[in-house]
Amino acid sequence: MRVWISGLAVLADGMAGWEPARAILRGEAAWQPTPCALPPPATLAPNERRRTSPIVRLAMTVAGEACAAAGCDPAKVHNVFGSSNGDGMVVNTILQALADPTAGVSPTQFHNSVHNAAAGYWTIGSQSHQPVACFGGYDWSWGFSLLQAAAEAVVEEKTVLLCVYDMTMPQPLAQKRPTQGTFGVGLVLSPHPVPHAPAVLDMEYGPEGAADTALTLPDAQTTAALRALCHDNPAARCLPLLAAIAQGGMHEIRVAGDVGHVAIKVTPC
Amino acid sequence: MTAAMTALHVTAGTGISAIGLGVAQTLAALRDRRTGLERCDFAGITHGYAGSVAGVQTHALPPALAAYDCRNNRLIDMALRTDGVADAIMSARAHYGAGRIGVVMGTSTSGVLASEDAFCAMDAQGRLPAHFDYEHTQDLFSLARYVRAALDLGGPALCVSMACASSSRAFMDAAYLIRAGLCDAVVVGGADSLCRMTLRGFAALELVSAQPCRPCDASRDGISIGEAAGIVLLERADGRAVSGPPAGFRAAVLGYGASSDGHHMSTPHPHGAGAVLAMQRALQSARLPVDAIDYINLHGTGTRANDAMEDKAVGTLFGAQVPCSSTKGWTGHTLGACGVLEAMICALAIEHGFMPGCLGVDEVDPAFRTDVLTGNVTRPVHHVMSNAFGFGGANCSLIFGKAA
Repeated sequence: MRVWISGLAVLADGMAGWEPARAILRGEAAWQPTPCALPPPATLAPNERRRTSPIVRLAMTVAGEACAAAGCDPAKVHNVFGSSNGDGMVVNTILQALADPTAGVSPTQFHNSVHNAAAGYWTIGSQSHQPVACFGGYDWSWGFSLLQAAAEAVVEEKTVLLCVYDMTMPQPLAQKRPTQGTFGVGLVLSPHPVPHAPAVLDMEYGPEGAADTALTLPDAQTTAALRALCHDNPAARCLPLLAAIAQGGMHEIRVAGDVGHVAIKVTPC
Repeated sequence: MTAAMTALHVTAGTGISAIGLGVAQTLAALRDRRTGLERCDFAGITHGYAGSVAGVQTHALPPALAAYDCRNNRLIDMALRTDGVADAIMSARAHYGAGRIGVVMGTSTSGVLASEDAFCAMDAQGRLPAHFDYEHTQDLFSLARYVRAALDLGGPALCVSMACASSSRAFMDAAYLIRAGLCDAVVVGGADSLCRMTLRGFAALELVSAQPCRPCDASRDGISIGEAAGIVLLERADGRAVSGPPAGFRAAVLGYGASSDGHHMSTPHPHGAGAVLAMQRALQSARLPVDAIDYINLHGTGTRANDAMEDKAVGTLFGAQVPCSSTKGWTGHTLGACGVLEAMICALAIEHGFMPGCLGVDEVDPAFRTDVLTGNVTRPVHHVMSNAFGFGGANCSLIFGKAA
């Protein structure tokens, strides 16, 4: 499967956008895990905006920035959202309420607990009537969501926005599913050549188990810190691909997928 | 626009719900118009009616997969063992190779009941019990990983989670894997099990009826929550010759369509604009005109707003011409599993030439303009549309036809 990347966005601790991320991944800037700002989504009406949780803001920001970078109308793209834990904060809060015989479940919390809440707010904000798919794939959410987004782009011959995100899991759920940091990534994938695309991806699925291609940057300290981020946050597992795009040149990348893997050939345009 | 598709074949399939395990029991309950809903009595919650699957509490997973033990994975394991579906998948695996068979499962809450129990058992220091295994139970992906592990499959795997449209959308994502050449076959399905989160969450939204749900009735006042699991094997039309006795049901998937309301998190678009789009896209992808549809299995949850919206949407496209009904009066709303469960009901309607009329309806809402069935009708059925609409404004329509 071949898809062109027409837009890219990143929002993560210490990476307030694709340009700063690109500089870090090229070894031109150091990475400091400064918590990133999660702006309230301007596309929503004030009453909806108030209900958005940090992770919804994260997903909506990268989705919007990826579409802006691609120069495409957010209401026209197909959408694929991937997240390992979804809104762990909301789920954790509801689980605490359910264990307390005196507490009630908040209706707003309940409808925000669905795994597709971020995608729902995104389509409300962009007034989109286009299809959405929302996936969970544990530590492999990034690779499998990317594979599926590319398949949809190629089969439907449509531009597909891929948005993958995960955030720090609160206690007590974090005892059993530790997830650290804030990481969101957005890619706009086109099944046809597009002007100004930074790279084209050729993707295959391999049924053999494989490790993720290890992130290697010019600076050893940054490499170690960002490898730790890849370990701690499933969405950050996109970093080896983003580094390949940032650094230019041809790369072959493997993304682990439970028992199999996704193989990606990255070619600069 | 959705690209026109070549039909894919369901070469084996089954479903389990409150009305029974598999094709024969489900068919008998539909024909006898016998509901599976009973007064809710789950984890101390007694509001309304619920549809529970018999035997799930005592069902044991294979010892090698014990880490996955939770109500949701027990449900999917029970489905795998119903109607010989696992054996049929094994036969496909022998033909294509394990690495060419993907797994796409739909679920809204996966094994969250395991977390609920763990939170109830938290110690005074706030520690969750040592035996609680989040990764293999509550985590969304645990359902797809379980199916993959139980069948020893090696293709791509994913869980789709978009509330009540989850397992309908799973058919689409499975079709993409096959049509993109990544898989020769995909095990598609879903499971959602009774848990405190959905029972109390929907109650908090005041969407649970005190009575068994009555979709399309003038005095309908909410849903009954059910649990279910379903599994189908989806293959390319030119994949392989399938012989031997049928494993459950067979059908052709002729088309699919998805859309977003872009309107509200928990309230459907009042005119059903998103639902109309999903149905139109499904017809386009199947290359079928509206008058080719013989029966519509509605999402039909039984809430005031959802049923009214769906009546408007179906009426906009089909007028009053096409018989339609909801089967949630039998099974309850099985949430993320309803798409795959109702796919089985659609296949039974086609194979046996009957349409199940809504259960428990005294008077169809007089404001409705579609042809809502309130009794079973026996008549040849060639093409069926199945609708599913979820929180977040996710809509999905599937079109099924006769098995090849």
